[in-house]
Amino acid sequence: MLNYDLVVVGGGPAGMAAALKAKEEGVEKIVILERAETLGGILEQCIHTGFGLHYFGEELSGPEYAGRFIELVEKTDIDVFTDTMVLNISDDNVVTAVNNNEGLMQFKAIAVVLAMGCRERPRGALSIAGSRPAGIMTAGTAQKYVNIDGYMPGKKVVILGSGDIGLIMARRMTLEGAEVKVVCELMPYSGGLTRNIVQCLDDFGIPLRLSCTVVATHGKERLEGVTIAQVDDKLQAIPGTEEYIECDTLLLSVGLIPENELSKDVGVELDRVTSGPVVDEYRETLHPGIFACGNVLQVHDLVDYVTEESQIAGKGAADYIFGKKKGGTFINTKGINGVRYIVPQRVNIEGEENLKLYFRVGQVYKGAKVVVECDGKILSSKKKVKLAPGEMENVVITTEMLKDMNKDSEIVVRVEE
Amino acid sequence: MKYDVAVIGAGVVGSLITRELSKYNIRVALLERCNDCAMGATKANSAIVHAGFDAVPGTLKAKLNVRGVELMKKTCKELSVPLKNNEALVVAFSEEEMPHLEMLKDRGEQNGVPGLRIVRREELVELEPNIGDSAVGALVAPTSSIVCPYELTIAGVENAVTNGAEFLRNCEVTAIDYIDDAFKLTTSLGEITAEYVINAAGVHSGEIASLIGDNSIEIVVRHGDYYLLDKSQGSLVSRTIFQCPTKMGKGVLVSPTVDGNLIVGPSAEDIDNGDDVATTSVGLEKIYVNAIKSVPAVSLRNAITSFSGNRAHPTSDDFIIGSSDVNKKFINAAGIESPGLSSAPAIAEMIDGIINELSGGFEKKADFNPVRPEPVRFRHLSTEERAGLIEKNKAYGRIVCRCETITEGEILDAIHAPAGARDVDGVKRRTRAGMGRCQGGFCGSKVVEILARELNVPMNEITKFGGQSKIMYHKTK
Repeated sequence: MLNYDLVVVGGGPAGMAAALKAKEEGVEKIVILERAETLGGILEQCIHTGFGLHYFGEELSGPEYAGRFIELVEKTDIDVFTDTMVLNISDDNVVTAVNNNEGLMQFKAIAVVLAMGCRERPRGALSIAGSRPAGIMTAGTAQKYVNIDGYMPGKKVVILGSGDIGLIMARRMTLEGAEVKVVCELMPYSGGLTRNIVQCLDDFGIPLRLSCTVVATHGKERLEGVTIAQVDDKLQAIPGTEEYIECDTLLLSVGLIPENELSKDVGVELDRVTSGPVVDEYRETLHPGIFACGNVLQVHDLVDYVTEESQIAGKGAADYIFGKKKGGTFINTKGINGVRYIVPQRVNIEGEENLKLYFRVGQVYKGAKVVVECDGKILSSKKKVKLAPGEMENVVITTEMLKDMNKDSEIVVRVEE
Repeated sequence: MKYDVAVIGAGVVGSLITRELSKYNIRVALLERCNDCAMGATKANSAIVHAGFDAVPGTLKAKLNVRGVELMKKTCKELSVPLKNNEALVVAFSEEEMPHLEMLKDRGEQNGVPGLRIVRREELVELEPNIGDSAVGALVAPTSSIVCPYELTIAGVENAVTNGAEFLRNCEVTAIDYIDDAFKLTTSLGEITAEYVINAAGVHSGEIASLIGDNSIEIVVRHGDYYLLDKSQGSLVSRTIFQCPTKMGKGVLVSPTVDGNLIVGPSAEDIDNGDDVATTSVGLEKIYVNAIKSVPAVSLRNAITSFSGNRAHPTSDDFIIGSSDVNKKFINAAGIESPGLSSAPAIAEMIDGIINELSGGFEKKADFNPVRPEPVRFRHLSTEERAGLIEKNKAYGRIVCRCETITEGEILDAIHAPAGARDVDGVKRRTRAGMGRCQGGFCGSKVVEILARELNVPMNEITKFGGQSKIMYHKTK
């Protein structure tokens, strides 16, 4: 059994930022367990730029953004095990992991930070009828083939879903000489960042078809084509609108799912909407000593916010380790009227610092207000030019606002049109 | 290439027949047109070892099903294939359907199925708390089991090859002549000569028989769609839940699989092309609507994949097993639809009997070994066992498939096994890498990498399942 103050599961941007923050706060024995061969997580295959605008004030590529944190980790005495898979976390925070050098290892931790990231929804989750030939894959898998392995997974491409990875891959495949025929989006709006729609589709003349989906795949061994169709407001395909498109590749960018299998095993309670753990403002889950941050907690669109969130978790874990974590009275937060969820789900009304509530909306709003209220009292109300499901928003709760709350209070965030 | 026996078709039936024949001092070849075994109906069916109450008494289906259930235990034990006796229920959703259960019970008893009993709703709910509200009663079949059909087939082929049989992949038979007391098979691998031919070609068994001029076998391709749900749903029911059967088959079932997922299906639709395994939106919709009648908690939110398979439905409605009228050394094991998986060990036994009678009895091998060693299943091992294993071989310390906890060592074993994996789906069926909730999103490229390395070919030559199912094209710029 190896004894550590803090075990961080996952060495992507979330895990690294949490570990570094904890180190900065004075935590001595920290270990990062990473399943890939290097630190950096999914950023390693995101060779496009656009990372770091908020956090570093410059535009970096994914590997560059990760690289800055890897360098910082290397300068500390934080232990790192790569190529190492965590198999299980026990109730008393013993983390069992395995790799092919050390074999099975057990780490006894005072605190654990969950930073396992998320995975892409596969085809099976969509019930698309048709054959199951080669050439149907998630956008992230294609991204790995192109950017890491150096092979093209296709020549004529249809992309289903306009999430950010799908948009990025539309451009990437085009730059590598493939023909991206269309990006179909089931919803009447894109789930990706506006800047990606402009820079990855518009700039290359790739059409984006909204309220449109793939209803069938064709081809026996390799994909030969797909049938797409428009959908109605119940998201059902409209008969008569089917259109056959010849292609050898279908990339799916239809949503991300936080990877919480380990969290579930240890009994961490999850939020039904985010599929991530329920946490308080220090990013501690309802399981004492287990913290969560990054895409395992909620799917982010900007890594800058992942870093910010993970630093909160790192600080929280450090406080927990030193027995300084603030107790108090925790109340719930709740999103209504278009606000799908809020992270953190619990807030300490005795907290001594301002905090941010992060959320996403369920549809596109223009010129709507974001209203925060508590016990019937409006705490803040701010008009937004645009709110979209693809872009995470936040509101600030000040210590001033917390003063009037009691144990039965509930902080509600809603959209007002 | 000269053989005593050529078995055409490496589904579960062809696999177990080949294994049965590998115990003799004869040359046996298993000819498969695909890049792997278990590529037809075998990889896409309900995965049930049926108790045997469905088939009409006196038919081959009835006889071989019940005998198959008896033999299956021994076969699975020898081949180290998990077999779980989870019982089955046939549910009646109205009082009008209850007499049908009585009929099935009678029929089962005539077939020699032990332990059948009928329960009313009260007891049914105790057995399966998640059963639908409209269920009024059920027939309980205690001898019904679940097994993984492709695992059984792969294990059978491995064991046959270990005992000297040859497995010829990508070997499509296009013509058969009978010259000088031997069959000359024209195949995509060249000419193959064999004294006996066994036709286990599934949905194509009619076409294969017609190659020798035997046009008596009429096969209707019966298409069925399935959903497979995440392991988190595998315990919604513990038994296999059937509905009252119809003319088209046993109807939609909801069942745990031996690997802990939940399987829902099949639909049943007669189609023309035996190779068309595209799912249909109508079929998928139908099975969902039927499934929630049995188990309302079934939710497609938890579907991890959907697929379909084609059953070889004989117009005669019974298995066609025996020498062809055209040439007695051409032996059919054709029209094997449900309960084909359940009957497979008994079909192999029957074919063994027929061929030995024709040949006057083959000589037994002294060193035949019926045991296929149990593959390493890292996910099922204790911490101590895992530690010991990694100490011996470090490849078991690297997890490749995170959803199913599959190690690189297991993938290497699958590739280097007798009749080992040659493509990504082959690795998937042997190890479960890529079979989990992310469906190979993460491990797919690693599996391609390992296959390329071990088979010593470039990555862009690795296929999903042989043929033109390539995963990557050229190198990037």
